[in-house]
Amino acid sequence: MDWLQQLINGLALGSIYALIALGYTMVYGVLRFINFAHSDVLMLGAFAAFFLEPAVSKLFSPQSYLGALVVVLLAAALCAAIGILIELLAYRPLRSRPRLTVLITAIGVSLFIEFTCQHPAVFGAATRPFPRLLPERHFQFGGATVMSDDLVVPLLTSGLLAVLWLVVQHTRIGTAMRAVAFNPQAAALMGVNINRVISFTFGLGSALAAVAGILYALKAPGIEPLMGIQPGLRAFIAAVVGGIGNLPGAVLGGLVIGLLETFAGGIPGLSNYRDGIAFLILILILLFRPAGLLGRAQVEKV
Amino acid sequence: MIKKLRKGMRAVGWYGCLLLAAGIAGCKPPPGGPAAGVIKIGEFASLTGKEATFGVSSHEGTLLAIEELNAAGGVLGRQLQLITEDDLSKAGEPATVVNKLIARDGVVAVLGEVASSRSLEAAPICQQNKIPMISPSSTNPKVTETGDYIFRVCFIDPFQGTVMANFATRTLKARKVAVFTDAKSDYSKGLAKYFKEAFVAAGGQIVAELDFNGGDKDFKAQLTAIKSANPDAVFIPGYYTDAALICIQAKQLGLAVPLFGGDGWESEKLIEIGKDAVEGHYFSTHYHPDVGSPRSRAFVEAYKKRFNGKLPDAMAALGYDSAMILADAIRRAGSTEGAKVRDALAATRDFDAVTGKITINEKRDATKSAVILQIRQGKMVYLETVNP
Repeated sequence: MDWLQQLINGLALGSIYALIALGYTMVYGVLRFINFAHSDVLMLGAFAAFFLEPAVSKLFSPQSYLGALVVVLLAAALCAAIGILIELLAYRPLRSRPRLTVLITAIGVSLFIEFTCQHPAVFGAATRPFPRLLPERHFQFGGATVMSDDLVVPLLTSGLLAVLWLVVQHTRIGTAMRAVAFNPQAAALMGVNINRVISFTFGLGSALAAVAGILYALKAPGIEPLMGIQPGLRAFIAAVVGGIGNLPGAVLGGLVIGLLETFAGGIPGLSNYRDGIAFLILILILLFRPAGLLGRAQVEKV
Repeated sequence: MIKKLRKGMRAVGWYGCLLLAAGIAGCKPPPGGPAAGVIKIGEFASLTGKEATFGVSSHEGTLLAIEELNAAGGVLGRQLQLITEDDLSKAGEPATVVNKLIARDGVVAVLGEVASSRSLEAAPICQQNKIPMISPSSTNPKVTETGDYIFRVCFIDPFQGTVMANFATRTLKARKVAVFTDAKSDYSKGLAKYFKEAFVAAGGQIVAELDFNGGDKDFKAQLTAIKSANPDAVFIPGYYTDAALICIQAKQLGLAVPLFGGDGWESEKLIEIGKDAVEGHYFSTHYHPDVGSPRSRAFVEAYKKRFNGKLPDAMAALGYDSAMILADAIRRAGSTEGAKVRDALAATRDFDAVTGKITINEKRDATKSAVILQIRQGKMVYLETVNP
């Protein structure tokens, strides 16, 4: 039952990528640029949980679902604030500049966070053990071992996708987001407060990154300031594969990348080319379906 | 107008002379001629980053040796100055910092690194500049093959691979072993290769060979494949952060066979991160404070005193030995000149080091014994010594 176990591994990993990809795709949808600092917000989320956990587990019993929820919510709130701050300080002053300027700035912000956090006075570059937030249970299922975490992650991802969908499609702020994505000038003329909408988008995306960071740290309980780079890169590919700017596409892309990576990783001789396979998919998609799996091709108006 | 200009130029000239004079005065060698100056020794280590505990331990050992040497009057009547650079456990950094040590600081020799990939990066630079380099604990054979200025004070992986192959067949009674290699690390690839050769030669069977990339966080795909190959034990020649995560995920997948690795596992972080998942697993290394000569016991005492009761590990002992061997070679050479120190290093015979008697062979490697440790109740416990 090897394939079943790999399917479970792949879904658990892919769900985390999906969660990260949602943040990339949301910011892209509204602002049309890739926020490369997203993967570092993910790392900050994991570190926030790392520092909050001892305090929270004193209030609630350690490894309780309620305690874990409090840690996740606090870390998400903190990262939402950080995301809004990044947009305010780094991206907002450049909003009227060419998109390339903002893109390069995003890379700069990413490097700034990574190397600041590696300084011994901040987090230091050494790997730290991440605490267990949830009780660990194993289920045997048709010869495969299912960890409780493997169930929590996909459930949480689908739940958050549903919430996100509701927010974007059925709330006032969601309507405003779609309006800004469609045409910022026109939206502003109709009385939409663009700054507030963009701040909200960054906050929401960063909160998702924090949740993904914590889930990633639960999976591999050793955290360090560069931990976000690898999943961030894969999630970025996932967002493009699914059709950047498209929410269900991001989730689909995440699952595709996670599953492919896992199945490739299980084959001797191929296990070393996991990254290569992810990029191969990216190239194929860009060649044959540039708008992504679920994206709609847009005709550039000249 | 021209007169004015000339006057101005003369003034500039005067200032220049003054500055020059001040410069010469500033650089004047201290009384007693150049021989009385300090001897600068360069060190590059992974003080931060993925393999930080290696770099820190190694550096502490080296620092202790230098301090002891200086307290005893230095070498050739001159004090030693250790200039340490951090390479952040990152590829690319060793070349930068070693170039800086040689070109800007003018060190007479370079000590470092633990990780073979990073030693391999610095070795050609030292070789080119004819600056002797001693790696305390890089075990990949290629490191000293770079050239005749590159030395090491530890054993090499063909030996370590054989030791672990014998351990797997004799002690673990394993017939079928899976190998899980870090494809990014020269150390891991080398050790895996020598282990496989020795294990197959001893009649064992390699049932699965899978790769990961150092720094990966998800190993479940490969571990699932390893589990379905049904091995008696799994050899993981990686570094401790990866090894700890691999042990955790192996346990989660219900892969309940002994896991074992090489000296890359030896770090407190392995236990700190791996917790109960690393319990009962094995690795080989260079040294354990519980065994050894009076020389080793004296070192353990001095180290504990200097670093607030911290017990030295193999990397600390080898860092100490690398500095001591260098000092000994400089003393015998009677000079800090690169070529002479190199010749003296190559002629090292039966040097009484903390990690055992060190003789540098014709390949500039040390021939030494290995120890095997097991993790029991969160401690690294000595199991056996294997002689070459």
